[in-house]
Amino acid sequence: MRSDGSPSAPLGLKLAAAGGLLFLHLPVLLIFIYAFTTEEKSFVWPPPGLTTQWFAVTWNRPDVWEALSLSVRVAAISTAVALVLGTLCAAAVSRTRFFGRETISLLVILPIALPGIITGIALRSAFSLAEIPFSFWTIVLGHATFCVVVVYNNAVARFRRTSGSMIEASMDLGADGFQTFRYVVLPNIATALLAGGMLAFALSFDEVIVTTFTAGQQQTLPIWMLEELIRPRQRPVTNVVAMVVVLVTLLPILLAYYLTRDGDQIAGSGK
Amino acid sequence: MTSAVSFQKVSRHFGNVRAVDMVDLDIVPGEFFAMLGPSGSGKTTCLRLIAGFEQPTSGSISIFGERAEGVPPYRRNVNTVFQDYALFPHLNVLDNVAYGLMVRGVGKPERQKAAEEALSLVRLPGYGARRPSQLSGGQRQRVALARALVNQPKVLLLDEPLGALDLKLRENMQEELKSLQKALGITFVFVTHDQGEALSMADRVAVFNDGKIMQIGTPEDIYQRPKTRFVADFVGSSNVLPPDFVQRYSGQHRWGSLRPESIRIGRSAKGDGVAARLVSTNYLGATTRLALDADGLRLHAIVPAGATLPKEGEAVVLTFNRDHLHLMDEPA
Repeated sequence: MRSDGSPSAPLGLKLAAAGGLLFLHLPVLLIFIYAFTTEEKSFVWPPPGLTTQWFAVTWNRPDVWEALSLSVRVAAISTAVALVLGTLCAAAVSRTRFFGRETISLLVILPIALPGIITGIALRSAFSLAEIPFSFWTIVLGHATFCVVVVYNNAVARFRRTSGSMIEASMDLGADGFQTFRYVVLPNIATALLAGGMLAFALSFDEVIVTTFTAGQQQTLPIWMLEELIRPRQRPVTNVVAMVVVLVTLLPILLAYYLTRDGDQIAGSGK
Repeated sequence: MTSAVSFQKVSRHFGNVRAVDMVDLDIVPGEFFAMLGPSGSGKTTCLRLIAGFEQPTSGSISIFGERAEGVPPYRRNVNTVFQDYALFPHLNVLDNVAYGLMVRGVGKPERQKAAEEALSLVRLPGYGARRPSQLSGGQRQRVALARALVNQPKVLLLDEPLGALDLKLRENMQEELKSLQKALGITFVFVTHDQGEALSMADRVAVFNDGKIMQIGTPEDIYQRPKTRFVADFVGSSNVLPPDFVQRYSGQHRWGSLRPESIRIGRSAKGDGVAARLVSTNYLGATTRLALDADGLRLHAIVPAGATLPKEGEAVVLTFNRDHLHLMDEPA
């Protein structure tokens, strides 16, 4: 943002801002550097030597691949579930007026406001009460609770900006319900859904707390990393994986930001 | 002859609200029909009943002889020009206009040709590649019109289509719509709250109030011979005269109306004039509108510009041709 004509900020403020940004991002950089260290038992600064061998080691570790694949599958399916449910819910809330509409809107958003640990405990006791064994699907369910929220928020914001008479116009011109959805509704909410979906994917991909309560023996990538830190064995492998996670989650969020920056708020991205 | 649109005892209730209440209506094929009324009078609901966005609570609707209850909007040979135009922002102008043909499976070259023709009809040739957001309000209005007309509807519904335009553009569009309707011979049903618009454009006007039709007739009928106080009051700035007043001049104890331009202003009491006091004058350009107080009865008169006027507060005598005094049906 350029504000023409306003005086330049004082040096102190500039330094403070730079310090703040460094504080936020330097540790991430540190993780990247440790991915190249030759010391495998513990993290020592400065790294005694630099090597790229950990990339190859990581590549050949089956447990990494298992965790990665589980995380990707969970994130993909949670996102798909969230896209369907979030869009339907947003359409209902913004298109029609019915008893309890505000309540439903609040209840849908609630999981993102609740601490993950509450959601996790609640789901865990619900699963055991219903005698549902922990599986891939229990993780997906847990993730879907907050993935729905980001899709819903994005979709609801877009629905609010689209004129309701557009749907009527489409019907009036001879399009049935499906054609109207295909040719009018979907093109108008597509970027919002894409943004919401990417955020949902990123949230699910690095989720730890809810996952610890809803996973059985399976390890998603973040859980695997946590375990690795406790039991050190080829420590830099964790850092290599961390780099991958940063990239995998950062790219969609950046993309989502660029897709929706003209207008929509990416609400609920703070989980 | 089959009516273009026929309502038989049609009601539409929303909870306790009777938006449309036992309406009977017959619209003749090829006519320009206006539904006039204040907001909330049921005129837009009637339009939506014809379009199929609403279903009647009771009664029956037929469009060119076919029963319309339960028929969804996309199976009716009726198209609507929406108040906010409702153009599709993600499509260019040509695709907007061709939309109706596209969803009906008309091939691309054919529908684009038809869309181009429709755009020429509304005097926007060559605008096909633009986005709706790049057009002015008046142009969007024309695109909405072209998008409806390209489907060759039997009835075209217009929901306050000129409401968002400025005065000059509005007058142009009024003339254009009128001549377009004549040229195409399509039945136009036009909803408006603007009396002038309804009277100047329509072949017949239905005046709505509280979900009921107060009067249907030619603009002249409605203007000269209002049946009720509401019509007299809403359609023009007609003077509504109470039964006691009317009885003195016509011998009948009925409500009456008198056009403001029928009142002549004099200075001296000769003959059977009405004694009044001039309250205020309102300069309107070609005419001047006078507010008068005749012993507690508020009257308005319109005199041509340039006439010598009494001063405000002065006593005057009003005269009028008794033939101009119209007696209303409404019971006293």
